[in-house]
Amino acid sequence: MRDLRDGLRDGLPYAAAGGVLALSFGAVAVDLGLPRVAVVVMSVVVFAGSAQFASVGILAAGGGLGAAIGAAALMSSRFLPMGVALAPSLKGGRVRRAVEGQAVVDSSWAMSARGDGRFDREYLFGHTAVQYASWVLGTIAGVLITGVDARALGLDAVFPAFFLALLVAELRSGRRDRLGVALAGAAVALVAVPVLPPGGPVLLAACVALYGLRRRPIRRSDPPGEPGPAS
Amino acid sequence: MTDSRVWLLIVGVAGVTYLIKGFGPAVVGDRELPERFNGVIGLLASALLAALVVTSAFVDDRGPSGGALHVGADTAGVTVAGLLLWLRAPLLVVVVGAAVVAGGLRALGWDT
Repeated sequence: MRDLRDGLRDGLPYAAAGGVLALSFGAVAVDLGLPRVAVVVMSVVVFAGSAQFASVGILAAGGGLGAAIGAAALMSSRFLPMGVALAPSLKGGRVRRAVEGQAVVDSSWAMSARGDGRFDREYLFGHTAVQYASWVLGTIAGVLITGVDARALGLDAVFPAFFLALLVAELRSGRRDRLGVALAGAAVALVAVPVLPPGGPVLLAACVALYGLRRRPIRRSDPPGEPGPAS
Repeated sequence: MTDSRVWLLIVGVAGVTYLIKGFGPAVVGDRELPERFNGVIGLLASALLAALVVTSAFVDDRGPSGGALHVGADTAGVTVAGLLLWLRAPLLVVVVGAAVVAGGLRALGWDT
C-alpha cells in the first residue's frame, strides 16, 4: 500500500503542472476585474480549478450569481460519483469521511485508485497536499503578474493538456476496455456540448462508465468437463 | 461586477464544492459498495477525464455559456501535448509545450 510520502513524491509533477494552471487562473481572474486578494482567497477556500474558471468567467461576462454558482456546481458534479467510489476507503464516521473527502482532486483521485475499487487514502492526502500548495502559490504568482494576456501565452491549452496527461496515465495503467470508454465518453461530451450548460456534458459522459456494470458472460450451456471458449 | 458580488461568489462556490465533495463519503459512510460497482469505478476516471479534455480543448471559452464547438490554437496545443505524451515526455514539458504551441500559433496570427 502506498503511503503519504509516496503521494507527496508522485504528486510533485502534477503539482508543477497544476501550478501553471493556477498561474493562468490568477492572471485571467485579475484580467477579468476581480480584486487580487479575492482571487487568492478563492483558490485557498475553493481549490477546484474548473469550477473557479467557470464561475469567474460567467460573473465577469455579466451572468448572475446563481448562474455562476450553478455552473461551478455542475463543473464539480463529477466529484459526486468520485466521492461515492472513494467513501469505503476513508476512515471514521460520516462527518469525518465528508471532511476527508474534501481532499479529492482529479489527479489524486485517479492516481490513488488501486485498480480493485479501493483507494490508498494516505497516498491521496499526500498527492493532494502538494497540489494544494502549488495551486495557492501559482494563483498568488498569477495575480502579481499584470497585463498578461493568457490567450496570447496559450495558457488556455494548459487545462486540457493536464487532463490529457491524467487520461493517458489512466489508459496505460489499466484494463483494455478503458480506451473504448474514454472514446465513448469524449463522444458523448462533444455531442452534449451544444445542448447542456458547461459541466453537464462531463457529468453525462460519466454515465458511460456504467458499462462496467455489465455481467460477465455466464456460459451455463457449456457441458461440464469440456473447456468453454477462452475468455 | 462589484466586490461584494465577488465575495458572495466565493462563498457560494466554496459551499457547493464542500457539499459535493462531502456528499458521497457522508452518504455511503463505512458501508462497502456492491461488488458490481468496482467495474464502474475502474472506468469512471477514463470517461470523466476524456470528457474534460474534449470539452476544454474543443469549446470556445470566451463566450459566457461556452456552447459552441471550436477548433483553435488551444486545440492544436493539446494535440501536440498528446504527441509529447506518446513520446513519454515529462508532465511539465507536456503542459508547457501545449501552451507554447497555442501561444506561438496566436503570435503568428491564427485564432487570436
